[in-house]
Amino acid sequence: MGLEDLYQQIILDHYRKPRHRGELEHPSVEVDHNNPVCGDQLHLGVLLEDGRIAGVAHTGDGCSISQASASMMSEAVAGMPVDDALELVEHFRLMMHRQTEPDEDRLGDAIALEGVAKYPVRVKCALLSWMALKDALQTHSATTER
Amino acid sequence: MTGAAELDPRALRADFPILAREVGGAPLVYLDSAATSQKPRCVLDAMDRYYTETNANVHRGVYTLAAEATDRYEAGRFSVARLVGADRRGTVFTKNASEAINLVAWAWGVRSLKPGDAIVVTEMEHHSNIVPWQLVAKITGARVLFTPVDGDGRLDLEWLEVTLRTEPVRMVAVVHVSNVLGTINPVADIARMAHTYGAKVLVDASQSVPHMPVRFADTGADFMAFTGHKMLGPTGIGVLVADPATLDAMEPFLGGGEMISDVRTDGSDWAELPYKFEAGTPPIAESVGLGAAADYLMAIGMDAVRAHERSLTAYALGVLSQIDGITIYGPQDPDARGCPISFSVPDMHPHDIAQLVDRQGVCVRAGHHCAKPLMRTLGVGATARASTYVYNTHQDIDTLAAALAEARAFMAA
Ligand SMILES: Cc1ncc(COP(=O)(O)O)c(C=O)c1O
Repeated sequence: MGLEDLYQQIILDHYRKPRHRGELEHPSVEVDHNNPVCGDQLHLGVLLEDGRIAGVAHTGDGCSISQASASMMSEAVAGMPVDDALELVEHFRLMMHRQTEPDEDRLGDAIALEGVAKYPVRVKCALLSWMALKDALQTHSATTER
Repeated sequence: MTGAAELDPRALRADFPILAREVGGAPLVYLDSAATSQKPRCVLDAMDRYYTETNANVHRGVYTLAAEATDRYEAGRFSVARLVGADRRGTVFTKNASEAINLVAWAWGVRSLKPGDAIVVTEMEHHSNIVPWQLVAKITGARVLFTPVDGDGRLDLEWLEVTLRTEPVRMVAVVHVSNVLGTINPVADIARMAHTYGAKVLVDASQSVPHMPVRFADTGADFMAFTGHKMLGPTGIGVLVADPATLDAMEPFLGGGEMISDVRTDGSDWAELPYKFEAGTPPIAESVGLGAAADYLMAIGMDAVRAHERSLTAYALGVLSQIDGITIYGPQDPDARGCPISFSVPDMHPHDIAQLVDRQGVCVRAGHHCAKPLMRTLGVGATARASTYVYNTHQDIDTLAAALAEARAFMAA
């Protein structure tokens, strides 16, 4: 198995030209997550309107896998109903643990990260933004339900 | 100790079985000895012989086997003490360097520190020499102050002097050689300053004892901590060195078997040194292995080890600095530094560097190296780090440089 598996062109492309990078003007919720093992840092802002992800943006610093993953995640969930996004996060997580057949229609470019599952130390990098999104969505629903 | 004047890494490599293996078809180029060193055959054999020939618990049995086990355990201590010129009674075995520092923080710190007292560490400490002090500060009401590190990776000794003069500093805990910057700190000068103001001194020698001649008395420290696995020895054993008088004045850290002379229902008395600080069955095979490692290092000669690594470091600084845009942290003068070399390369995260050079069998570390305050000072989240030891050659540095060039081409493609 070559490293080309891990570093597919599409991943390097998202790394060099991250989509949805930046800050939202009026995010509904913001979270900061980091990966203590390697120092990847991610700031994620999400704008929620009528139960949908109306906007998503990320900033931070990290390896190609973590940054590309944040870009791919943002692209995949932009415009998505919150419940679907949470399901997709779970689907992505299972893919990283090789416990599901990845669904390209839902994952979009993020399906390219499937190969990361073979590199256990890098799985955390790939998961960082997805776990941040889950945290953001749950934090928001917990505070608005009250 | 008459070590050979020059060390031949190619000859020594034959002593390290792991260096014969390949990684993904490429020969192993191990450049992460600052994290843990590889082990020579003599260390593995000594531990194996201990278990196959004399395994028994120490300091208890009257039978021959138990006496032999005790002898070998104590012979290990003797070799380690000799390596650093320490008193056998002031050479305490712990689990690792972290536990040795915790021992001082708890056994000395908790009993001695008062609210408002200051504990001085530095911005370049490993978490092992920060967190124990923070824990103890929380309990005692003492404060932990950080000596700043300048742009060249050196400690601000003026700040230290002013702080010693103006604050009730009770402890100065400082790393001898930084595991990130490589900086060799002037610990003897620091100890002299600290002692002038009545502060105790702990030197974290985890990255110096394996790589250069270190005499405990020359450091001027009250306490010195280091760890077996970074000096060709096994994991599971570390060392605290102190003057026996200092240890005599302290209460034990952990309680249990081995560390008592008498246990009654109304209290207990402590064993003599060093056993007072070695509760429970100690790391016996590990002492045997570490003793063999110390003997091996002494046979090479620590001056020769240092000369070899200084040469490798000078060469690596030269070769790596040719890389376009590279930042090499810490002193650029090879005489002012030990062998860890941390660096970053534009547009390539350290994590990606480590992953990509692994293709050529090259092992380098990427991350914060357990020194997050230093990472903040440097303004980075992570660096890549290459570090050498007796078995590394100049060619290993060339392989690293070539692998870095290839990684860069790959990321840019
Ligand atoms: C400077 C320094 N201090 C302390 C330690 C901790 O050593 P150990 O993990 O064996 O306790 C290390 C190694 O990681 C180190 O480099």
